[in-house]
Amino acid sequence: MTILIFKVILVLAVFSITMLIAMYSTWAERKLSAVMQDRVGPNRAGPMGLLQPLADGIKMFTKEELTPELSNRFLFIIGPGIAMLTALITGAVIPWGGDVSIGGESFPLQITDINIGVLYLFGVVSIGVYGIMIGGWASNNKYSLLGALRASSQMISYEIAMGLSIIAMVMMTGTLSLREIVAQQDAGFANVLYQPLAFLIFHDLRLRRNEPCAFRPAGMRDGTHRRLPHGVFFDETGPVPVCGVHQHVHLVGHLGQLLLGRVQFPVPARAGLSPNALATVQTVVFFLKVFGFIFLFMWVRWTIPRFRYDQLMNLGWKVLLPLSLLNIFVTGVVMYLTGKLN
Amino acid sequence: MPISEILFWVLSITAVVCAMLVIASKNAVHSALFLIVTFFAVAGHYFLLNAHFLAAVHIIVYAGAIMVLFLYAVMMLNLRKDEESGKKPLFKIAAAISAGSLLLVLTVALKRSESNQMLGTDTQIGTVESLGQSLFNEFLLPFEISALLFLSAMVGAVLLSKKQI
Repeated sequence: MTILIFKVILVLAVFSITMLIAMYSTWAERKLSAVMQDRVGPNRAGPMGLLQPLADGIKMFTKEELTPELSNRFLFIIGPGIAMLTALITGAVIPWGGDVSIGGESFPLQITDINIGVLYLFGVVSIGVYGIMIGGWASNNKYSLLGALRASSQMISYEIAMGLSIIAMVMMTGTLSLREIVAQQDAGFANVLYQPLAFLIFHDLRLRRNEPCAFRPAGMRDGTHRRLPHGVFFDETGPVPVCGVHQHVHLVGHLGQLLLGRVQFPVPARAGLSPNALATVQTVVFFLKVFGFIFLFMWVRWTIPRFRYDQLMNLGWKVLLPLSLLNIFVTGVVMYLTGKLN
Repeated sequence: MPISEILFWVLSITAVVCAMLVIASKNAVHSALFLIVTFFAVAGHYFLLNAHFLAAVHIIVYAGAIMVLFLYAVMMLNLRKDEESGKKPLFKIAAAISAGSLLLVLTVALKRSESNQMLGTDTQIGTVESLGQSLFNEFLLPFEISALLFLSAMVGAVLLSKKQI
């Protein structure tokens, strides 16, 4: 019974922390883009515009809900909902930290450890495409449909190379459970040391894969709320699309955990810490890493001009896919030569 | 009623109802979406049978990849309702007869089979480990042959899409 209560609390905590991060990643994005473009950025609501997400939220909740004529109302609403759902349910398998002990009982800081954790993540990511497609189609708007088709075709073609770059890592760890993958890295070295190419491919793909989502909702690009005509959720109003998009960025930030390990903590220091303190440090380091990746996304997004669609496709299919295949091959050969293959 | 039985009924009803809606709905996009829901229900059944790998791959491949391509095709074609002309009565009769005989064959086959016998009580049979073991030991040759088949299909698809080689 206590384990059930703990899990419910953990689910709620993960949900609210994710929502909070999604909320403030909108603020961070606008501030960062402002710094890069020599603007001030949001500075009216609260100190440094820190209450801006709250003000935006109130505005969006109280705004009149618009549904375009001739659109399918149910699908129109459920499209961004799916995008958000898929982003949220990935949190279920992420090991946030080590075990915590409360009142003599030990609980893992992970909602559930399924033995196909990596496959689960990829399944969820592949379903995320529907959020975009359905949202784009349901508004019965040609621009939305074109945007949706472009964004989702980009997403699925990048999924393949992304999966292949992970396969090389799974070959080495020999397990699909996220908990074990993280534990192995905590005991030894981060997988990034063994698989630098997979890491680079994976992160490049994450970056590009998220690109179409990044500008979708009410014009984040120029820091105003002007709607961009190439967006998928062109006709959408309300808070869900915006959150869904930022969630997605966040979700893929988690996946980096696979390759980076949780915390490369100096071993002697670890021994002196109580389990609870260690779990706290691990969780903090985990979130710092997520923030680091989110920052990296924004940094690249606002520095480098967007690739054209055909350039993106060429890069994905003709460069990154062969590279990740090569990586699998090299990994196999090295594992065979070093006798790790039995 | 144990929870697995409740889940079984919920998933079964979802699968059957959605599968019927796939053919019943007028809009092609709605059909495709109902098919996706059907796939999810079937994947849920795989989970109940402890076939975790099959369930995950079912979702990744069928729901995540194949149906996305289906949806593309349907959305791009932009089918309209009025374009759906009525089929000739001969076609309708032929379709009814062939579907009816398929139903008959399936029903008889299922009735004759010893459905109460489980294939085995091994709960580990569908896990990734045991699946990998049997694929790469027992069924290595069929596995490799099917890989070759897929490769040739891929080459064929590339060949067809190229105007000049």
